[in-house]
Amino acid sequence: MPDDTILEVNDLQHHFDVSPPALDRVLRGKGRVAVKALDGVSFSIRRGENFSLVGESGCGKTTVARCIVGLYRPSAGNIVFDGVDIGRLKQRNAMSRVRRRMQMVFQDPYASLNPRWRVRKIVAEPLVTHRLVTDKAELRTRVGELLEQVRLSPADGDKFPHEFSGGQRQRISIARALAAHPDLLVCDEPTSALDVSVQAQILNLMKDLQRRLGLTYLFISHNLAVIYQISDRVGVMYLGRLVEVATADQLFSTPRHPYTQLLLETIPRLDPPDGSSGEREPVAGEVPNPIHPPPGCAFHPRCPLANDRCRNERPSLLIADDAFVACHAVHEGRLSSRLAEPHSPARCD
Amino acid sequence: MSELTASGTPASVPERPQRWMRFVDSDLLWSFSRSPVTMVAAVIALVIIGAALLTPLIAPQDPYDLASLSLLDATAPPAWLKDGSWNYPLGTDNQGRDVLSAVLYGTRLSLLLGCSAVILSFLLGVTLGLIAGWRGGIVDALIMRVADVQLSFPAILIALLIDGVVRSVLPRQVQTEISLYVTVLAIALSYWVHFARTVRGSTMVERNKEYIQAARVIGVHPARIVVGHLLPNVVGPILVIATINLATAILTEATLSFLGVGLPPTEPSLGTLIRIGNDYLLSGDWWISIFPGIALALLILSVNLLGDWLRDAFNPKLR
Ligand SMILES: Nc1ncnc2c1ncn2[C@@H]1O[C@H](COP(=O)(O)OP(=O)(O)OP(=O)(O)O)[C@@H](O)[C@H]1O
Ligand code: SF4
Ligand SMILES: [Mg+2]
Repeated sequence: MPDDTILEVNDLQHHFDVSPPALDRVLRGKGRVAVKALDGVSFSIRRGENFSLVGESGCGKTTVARCIVGLYRPSAGNIVFDGVDIGRLKQRNAMSRVRRRMQMVFQDPYASLNPRWRVRKIVAEPLVTHRLVTDKAELRTRVGELLEQVRLSPADGDKFPHEFSGGQRQRISIARALAAHPDLLVCDEPTSALDVSVQAQILNLMKDLQRRLGLTYLFISHNLAVIYQISDRVGVMYLGRLVEVATADQLFSTPRHPYTQLLLETIPRLDPPDGSSGEREPVAGEVPNPIHPPPGCAFHPRCPLANDRCRNERPSLLIADDAFVACHAVHEGRLSSRLAEPHSPARCD
Repeated sequence: MSELTASGTPASVPERPQRWMRFVDSDLLWSFSRSPVTMVAAVIALVIIGAALLTPLIAPQDPYDLASLSLLDATAPPAWLKDGSWNYPLGTDNQGRDVLSAVLYGTRLSLLLGCSAVILSFLLGVTLGLIAGWRGGIVDALIMRVADVQLSFPAILIALLIDGVVRSVLPRQVQTEISLYVTVLAIALSYWVHFARTVRGSTMVERNKEYIQAARVIGVHPARIVVGHLLPNVVGPILVIATINLATAILTEATLSFLGVGLPPTEPSLGTLIRIGNDYLLSGDWWISIFPGIALALLILSVNLLGDWLRDAFNPKLR
C-alpha cells in the first residue's frame, strides 16, 4: 500500500438477511433471502483527501460508511485503516484505538444527539470514553474549544440539543466527532437534512476544518452540487457496486460511465439551455431490486449501449484514460467518453 | 459518566431556579390545575400516604400488641352509634382491636407491599425488556415467549400458584414468617410483563436511532450505552405504567389476603382485615369489614385516577 493511503477497502460485500422467520421458512418451504447491499466495492483514500461516494437512494452508500466505522460487520472483503486490517481486530482494546481515529457524522441532526444529554456531555463523550481528558476543569475547557472550533459558543454547552436548529446540531455533531482528534471523518449525507443556505455554511465549515486539522473525509451524498463543491475524488455507486472513480474535475467534465452521464444530465443547470426551465428530471427507468440484481452489468436494463456481453458478463473496474470505469462499452472503445459540454452544476451558495 | 455541569462554577448557578420555572411552566402542572378530579385524588392519596407514614405516631392503639387488647371491649360499634365510645372511633373487632388503628396499620402494610411489588416487577421487567430489545434474536424470542405465556394467565392465578408452591415446600412456621416476601414476589412475578413489553418496544425503536450508533462509533462500551443512553430514553412511559400497576398490585394483594393466601391475621393488611370482618358481617358487626373496605377503595381509586391523569398528561394525543 502506498505510504499516503489512509483507508483501503477491498472487495467489500455486505448482505442483509431479510429471510422470513425460521418457522415460516420450514413450514412454507421458503429459503433464505439476502439483500446484496454491497457486492464487491473497492477503493482507497489518500491522507488529507476528500473522497466522495455518490449514487441514487438505496445503492449502498450508507452501508459502506457503516461497514467502515464498524457498525456493520462486512460479509466479505476487508477494510485496511492505516495499515491495519480492522476486520481482524478481535480485542476491544485494539478496536477502540482504531475507533478513536475514525469518526462519523450522521445524516439526521435530530436523531444523532441524545435528547436527554446536555451538549457539554455529548461533545465530551469521546474524551471521557477514551480517557483522553480526566480532569474536570480541563474537560470543560476542551469542550469549550471544540464548540468554538465549529463556531458555537462555549456557553452553548449548558443547553440541550432541542434548543438548537438543525444546522447548529450538525455543528455539535461535528464537534463531537472531532473531540478525539480523528484522522478520518466519515460523513453520511451530513447536509441533506438542512436548508440550502445552512448547507453551504456547514460545507464551508467542513472544508475549513479539513484544511486546518489535516482531516481526511469520506463524504457521502446524493446531491451532485454538494459533491462538486467539496470533493477531490468521487466514486459513483450503482446497486452495491462502484461504476466509476475519478477526480471531481474529470467526473464532471468528462463522465465516462453511461450511468454517470445519466446522473449528470439530471442536474439543474444555472443557465437552462433554450429557455427550458432548470427543473430536475427524474433519472429514467427504475432502480432494480438488490435482492435479485440483474446479471452481468447491473445497469444494463437502463443502459442505451447494452449488448449481449453486458447482459452476461460483469464488467470490472478498470483504468480508462485517467479514471476507473466498470463498463464494457468504455473498455471496448465503443464509447470513449462522450465529450459532452462540461457540466458545472448549480453551486449551492 | 459524571454530569459535566460542574456544580459550583458560575455558569451553573441559575440552574435550580431554571429547572423549577420549567416545572411550573410545564404541561404537567397545567393539566393538573385543569382537572379537579385529579386534584381531589391527589389530596386523598396524600392524606392516605401521610397517614400510612405516620401510623405509629397517630394510631390510638398498637393492634399487634396483644397485651393492650381487652376482650371486654370486643365488637364495640363505632363512636357515633349507641354503645359506641370515643376510645374506639370506628369500633373494635372480635378481639377488642381498635378498627381505626387496624385500618391505619393495614393501609401502611398494603402500601408497603404494593410499592415493593411494583418496584420489584419494575426492575425485573425493565431489565428483561432492555435485554430482549437490545440483543434481539433468540434471547428476545425466549424472553417474550415466556412473557406471552405468562400474560395468558390471570395475575391472581400466578400469585396463587407461587403461593401454593411455597406452602407445600416450606414448613408452616417459616411460611408465616416469610409470607410478606412471598406475597411481594408473587405479585411482582405476575406484573413484570407489562414493563418488559413496553421497554422492549421502545428499546427496539431507540436502538436504531443515530445517537445510539454515534455512541457505538465512539467506542462506548455496550453496557454503558444501555445504561447511559438507552435507559433514560425508554423509562419515561414506564413510570406511568408503574403508577397504574401500583393500584392493581395493592388490589391483588388484598384479593390474595382475602382468599387467605396472603398475609396472616397476625400481620393484617387491608385484605386480611376485610376477610376477618367478613365472618362477622352477617351477625351485624358490619364496621369490622366496611372500614378497611372503604380505605382500600379510596386508596385504589385515588392512585388509579392519578395514574390515568399521568398517562394522559404524558400522551397529548389522548387529550
Ligand atoms: N437493515 C437493513 N435490512 C435490510 N435491508 C437493508 C437494511 N439497510 C439497508 N438495506 C438495503 O440495502 C440497500 C442499500 O441501503 P443503503 O442504506 O446503504 O443505501 P443508501 O445509498 O445509503 O441510500 P439513501 O440515499 O437512501 O440513504 C438498500 O436496498 C436497502 O433497502
Ligand atoms: S457494461 Fe454495458 S450495460 Fe453496463 S454500463 Fe457499460 S455499456 Fe451499459
Ligand atoms: Mg443513506
